[in-house]
Amino acid sequence: MTTADLARRPNVIPTRRRRWVQRTGFLMLTAATVLTVAPIILIVGLILVRGLRAITPEFLITFPTDGLRAGGILPAIVGTLWLAIGTAVASVPIGIAAAIYLAEYAPDNRWTRSIRVAIINLAGIPSVVYGLFGLGLFVLFLRLGTSILAGSLTLAIMTLPVIISTTEESLRAVPNSFRVVSISLGGTHWQTVRRIVLPQALSGIMTGVILGLERAVGETAVILFTAAAVYLPTLPASPLAPTMALPYHLFVISTQVPGMPIGIQYGTAAVLLIFVLGLNLIATVIRSRARARRQW
Amino acid sequence: MRNWSRAAFVEFTATQLIRAAGYSAIVFVVAIFLFLIIQGGPAVIQVPTADLLGPRWYPVEGYYGIVPLLFGTLLVTLGAAVIAVPLGLATAVFIAEVAPRWARESLKPLVEVLAGLPSVLLGFLGITLLAPALYQRLGLSTGLTAFTGSLLLGWIAIPTIVSVAEDSLAAVPRTYREAALALGATRWQTIWRVTVPAARSGVLIAIMLGIGRALGETMAVMMVTGNAAVLPTGLGSLFRPVRTMTATIAAEMGEVANGSVHYHTLFLIGIVLFLISLAVNLAAASVVFRIRSRAERVLS
Repeated sequence: MTTADLARRPNVIPTRRRRWVQRTGFLMLTAATVLTVAPIILIVGLILVRGLRAITPEFLITFPTDGLRAGGILPAIVGTLWLAIGTAVASVPIGIAAAIYLAEYAPDNRWTRSIRVAIINLAGIPSVVYGLFGLGLFVLFLRLGTSILAGSLTLAIMTLPVIISTTEESLRAVPNSFRVVSISLGGTHWQTVRRIVLPQALSGIMTGVILGLERAVGETAVILFTAAAVYLPTLPASPLAPTMALPYHLFVISTQVPGMPIGIQYGTAAVLLIFVLGLNLIATVIRSRARARRQW
Repeated sequence: MRNWSRAAFVEFTATQLIRAAGYSAIVFVVAIFLFLIIQGGPAVIQVPTADLLGPRWYPVEGYYGIVPLLFGTLLVTLGAAVIAVPLGLATAVFIAEVAPRWARESLKPLVEVLAGLPSVLLGFLGITLLAPALYQRLGLSTGLTAFTGSLLLGWIAIPTIVSVAEDSLAAVPRTYREAALALGATRWQTIWRVTVPAARSGVLIAIMLGIGRALGETMAVMMVTGNAAVLPTGLGSLFRPVRTMTATIAAEMGEVANGSVHYHTLFLIGIVLFLISLAVNLAAASVVFRIRSRAERVLS
């Protein structure tokens, strides 16, 4: 189509004008990119600069006092760690197994396509709808109450699509010759997957898991009615206890508490941001190291 | 003999477990829909349809009109799309076609960082910095408006648009570009007449997924749009408070009695959101499969 197009319309535009158009066009694209990217640097820089001023050792290891207006954020940090661990425990085995099925076992038929469509849909469901689902299934129907367990399970389903798609991608990247050699040496299908393919894809899988957890750590709408509490005087004693969490805490202190000192708000925001950026950094490091070490 | 059967048992169990996990995605989507129906279905019976489609959302007095919320969502999302689609596509084209290697290598992780930023963080900055600034600069009666929400949502949707569109641009074979350049087209002409049209289904998916992301966003929108359930009338409403469907659920679900009419109606809003996201994603998925089967036809 394009070749025909060019042939039909001989190039009558003067070269100088074409060059001018291109230069202006590229300039506009650059400007748009700067407009897209500048706020990111601004956001991250601002939160880190203002937040790090508020972060002291006491801020990290004490409970909030005075109706959240003073003290630290220890219970929110601990709660977020518990939720992340719970999410990982529930979603990693299922996510990796599902990816193995899609990459190594699934025939190319209508059912497999339905699975893929389901995964695309899971990835697109609004987080607050996951919250509703978690409330309906885990909190009320299964009587887990507002708890770390209910929140983690809901978050786990939400992170599944991220883990499945990145894991599947890294499994598919393992060259087929690896599988052929293993099978020809007498390995079974499962042995080949378990001993040959999975170890080769490990770094990609870890990247996927971390990116999934990055999403879970910052998520607020899901835990709003499945796990989160505004204030608790003790750390959660069991998975069936409700918990404070960093993103929910930031929401509460920036909208629900009048007369909130701005330093604590930025401090909380910075701790949450460091969590997220830290996970992002770990994922990036694993990925680039694996790429450098890869022999195929 | 015993050894062999143990190996066979492991093989069988592993295969079955893996298959079960594979199908779990379907189970979860169906389960989510079922639970929404079970909890939201009663609202259709309890609230007369005329009231549900009415112009007032005021649950305390028994008004459950979800239309203002739907329009609130549409208004904020439309504003976000106007910002995010051109900026996102331009950035994707810049990264894929124009940027030198060093710029590309630093731009992609930066966009990834934006994708990973929790929406509550953006909401926090929106409420502490953006809203007061807009309030002063634009002389509005409040900084918490649909426009404020659209601005934040725009930047929330951008990373989705950039990464999906950039992927599909990068997947256009080199030979297409080389052919165009060899025929005397400039790089600018090659981009808009060859590369972008060749990647158009991916670009379309990028836009759809970006808008889907904006539609479903909750925390940032709830924090900065002022949450007034008023039916938007025209473009002026962009600079007044609105309330979206997601924000309504998030703000009110914590305070309702389980099993009340209000509770069921909030789940009904959840059903509407679920169906909208389902429609957007099914459309995107159908484009994905159409490309794949076309590629298979061409290559076979």
